[in-house]
Amino acid sequence: MNEFRTHINIRGLNVRHGSLRILKDITLDIPDRRITVVVGPSGCGKTTLLKSLNRLLDPSEGLRIEGQILVDGEDIYGPDVEVTHIRRKMGLLSQKPQVLPMSIFDNVAFAPRIHGLREKRTLARTVEHYLRLAGLWEEVKDRLATPASQLSVGQQQRLCLARGLAAEPGIILGDEPTSALDPQSSKHVEQRLVDLKSDYTVVVVTHILRQAKRIADYVVFLYLGEVVEHGPAEKVFERPRDSRTRAYLTGEIS
Amino acid sequence: MRSRTAGRKTGRPKARRYGHVPGSRLDLLGRQSPGWWRRRKIQETAFKALMGLSLFLVAGCLVLIVATIVWKGLPALKLSMIFRTPQGGFYLGKEGGILNAILGSLYLAGGATLLALLLSLPIVLYINVYTGRRSRTADVIRFSFDVLWGVPSIVYGAFGFLFMVFIGLRTSLLAGIITVALLELPIMSRAMDEVVRLVPRDLTDAAYSLGATRLETAFRVVVRQTLPGILTAVLIAFGRGIGDAASVLFTAGFTDRVPTSLLQPAATLPLAIFFQLGTPFPEVRERAYASAAVLTILILAISLVSRAAVRKYSKHAIR
Amino acid sequence: MILRFPNRSDRAAKKAKRTDDVLAVHKTGDPDPSRKRRLVKDIVARRFMFGLTLVPGFLVFVMLFGLFWKARAILAVKPLGRLLLGTTWKPSQGEFGMLAFLAGTLAVTVVAMVIAVPISLLTAVYLSEYAPRRIRNAARPMIDLLAGLPSVVYGVWGVLMIVPLVAWAARLFGTYSSGYSILAGGIVLAIMVFPTIIHVSLEVFSSVSKDLRDAALSLGANRWEVAKKVVLRKSRHGIVAAVVLGLSRAFGETMAVLMVVGNIPRVPKSLFDAGYPLPALLANNYGEMMSVPLYDSALMLAALVLLLVVLAFNVAARMILVRAERTAGG
Repeated sequence: MNEFRTHINIRGLNVRHGSLRILKDITLDIPDRRITVVVGPSGCGKTTLLKSLNRLLDPSEGLRIEGQILVDGEDIYGPDVEVTHIRRKMGLLSQKPQVLPMSIFDNVAFAPRIHGLREKRTLARTVEHYLRLAGLWEEVKDRLATPASQLSVGQQQRLCLARGLAAEPGIILGDEPTSALDPQSSKHVEQRLVDLKSDYTVVVVTHILRQAKRIADYVVFLYLGEVVEHGPAEKVFERPRDSRTRAYLTGEIS
Repeated sequence: MRSRTAGRKTGRPKARRYGHVPGSRLDLLGRQSPGWWRRRKIQETAFKALMGLSLFLVAGCLVLIVATIVWKGLPALKLSMIFRTPQGGFYLGKEGGILNAILGSLYLAGGATLLALLLSLPIVLYINVYTGRRSRTADVIRFSFDVLWGVPSIVYGAFGFLFMVFIGLRTSLLAGIITVALLELPIMSRAMDEVVRLVPRDLTDAAYSLGATRLETAFRVVVRQTLPGILTAVLIAFGRGIGDAASVLFTAGFTDRVPTSLLQPAATLPLAIFFQLGTPFPEVRERAYASAAVLTILILAISLVSRAAVRKYSKHAIR
Repeated sequence: MILRFPNRSDRAAKKAKRTDDVLAVHKTGDPDPSRKRRLVKDIVARRFMFGLTLVPGFLVFVMLFGLFWKARAILAVKPLGRLLLGTTWKPSQGEFGMLAFLAGTLAVTVVAMVIAVPISLLTAVYLSEYAPRRIRNAARPMIDLLAGLPSVVYGVWGVLMIVPLVAWAARLFGTYSSGYSILAGGIVLAIMVFPTIIHVSLEVFSSVSKDLRDAALSLGANRWEVAKKVVLRKSRHGIVAAVVLGLSRAFGETMAVLMVVGNIPRVPKSLFDAGYPLPALLANNYGEMMSVPLYDSALMLAALVLLLVVLAFNVAARMILVRAERTAGG
């Protein structure tokens, strides 16, 4: 049985929208440097869970967040915490690739520039490094100054990956990162995530069970806002303990 | 329950050190100066302050304008002013009121809005119900409206004057109505079009599949659905029409009497204000402020009514 | 499709049906006989409405043509260059140099835009990126109200507040001004232009998706950096269009500016000088224009120039907006 060190600890997380409880008493430990996959039927709070990790939930829209989320020992919802600092620790890969309205180079260089890295040669080195890491360098190396919007969707998603990595997070969050991509690009992005797990903690939300089975080290099954079951991948997939998990795995509920 | 902190003795999560696995992380950003972070924060705070100031300025102007006009104007406003027409020597400081202008404005803007409505509604319905989704005609019409929307009211006035002379009409209520209708047309159409465009195809398809003709669908379904929006468009246009001076300057003339026929000249509130302000007599200028207060309150009232009407008539609309 | 022209087989079918109906027992609620009437109504209405839709298109041309027709008289006598660039305006002596008015219009418009653009954009960014929903909902009607206030009301307020303010400011700077000046006109005009730029900018900002903002936020940018580097950047075409629309509005505004700008036909040399923009020229002199030869023609030429400039701005802005929508980013 694998033993996991934990990187993120969620304690008693409740997210409410008015009187509706989106996430109920979530208590979870996300293992360090493994791929954790959050599965569950759509609309059950998976995206909300992910967004609560990097504090993208907007309190002004009437959402109330209670509970603690500890990353590297600090509560990211603590009163003295600087939000932008927290967010940088987590890279986000959205479902639909969100390229910034600038060149490929500027996209990847966005985070380093903001965080103080201005020297041109270092920037160029950084951009190349992370583009290679995302598996995109060969395809774009001679058109770094062209607008990122001209890339194909699969390339854009890899660009987003490179861009997110350039912010030097410790954790990568993926919100259905391949569902908008064609099968080839999907496989590519999946492979990248697997390669990266030796350096980064990866948390991916997906509704594609087969993808989950392919890449997961740790599985969390979220149903109707509650954590129904969680554990190492083979355990949850092959010997699920909860009947609801079983129902989901066999396709009865989706 | 199985231990969640397998491998650790206590429940406290371990403090993190980024492993220096070669090749993956560059770890350059951690070494930047803390001063940089402070610079970013200062920049954001500075701009936030500027932005707040700007909003305050904009909102403040509105409050200031309305407050000044009302504060200066209401004391000078006597009830008799509203209900009497100017008697002899009004502009020299003697008795009378602005009833001529109030009624003249109402007649003129009312007539113009009606005329504009008779033209706008069919056109907007045509381009939304009768033409296809990517119709050339609709694009051309919308473009024309956009172009017309930007024409300054003084140009409408000049053109109205030319037209008037051309057909042998003298400065009159009718000439004013036609000119202001031209002014209101693009405003009303644009506002209406924005609402009517939003009617979902499914709704009109449902009507067609019940055997309705396009005419019937247009009037019985689309109009009913968009009634609040149409009403708002009409009121917006009315507000614009009643407040405009440049377009009636050449065309409606001015008179001390309440017009009793379309061919008589008509006084309008904006012009009344303008003329009263231009006299050397302070009492008359006071009356200008009062008239301005009347006009402003009228516009505010129209705005409120349109919002209330939208809420009331929205009950038929399908969300 | 339901609507199609009745053809021979239809008519035959209808005739057959009518005979049947006569022979058959009368059925209540049978819609068929009225169907033809409804179709006819539909076709007639369609033709009529189509006719109406030709009106707006024609209107622009008719206006341009009408103004040009009237302006012909003076164009035949004096070259366009002298009219536009001449500095003497003495209609009774046949001098129609409009440079002072063009300069006045330009001056007031530039002042107005310099004031209005930064303030409007900052306000729009605040409302779009920072303001909590309550403030945003409260601000919207206020901006609409500002847009709805009549020109004369702005003029009266300008006379009450801005003119004395400018006179006082002139003293501070060591010059004298009655207050009726380019600066006063510019300030009042700027306030009138706020709603235009804010409204269009807000629309453009709202077309930037939340996900894009989230993506930038998740890289550790603060909200201002997101606004500056993502939202404003993505919306740059729309912002240009908003400014151009504001410009066109400023150019054509008549009454408010007229009441505070001084109306002295000279090329303004400083902000505190009085000026005389083109729309004010038209408004002030309609009374005399029939009495002096060629005066009305000159004024119509002025109106034509105004119309052409404003049209050019408007069309340019629309095209920018359309192109921005099409390329959508990058």
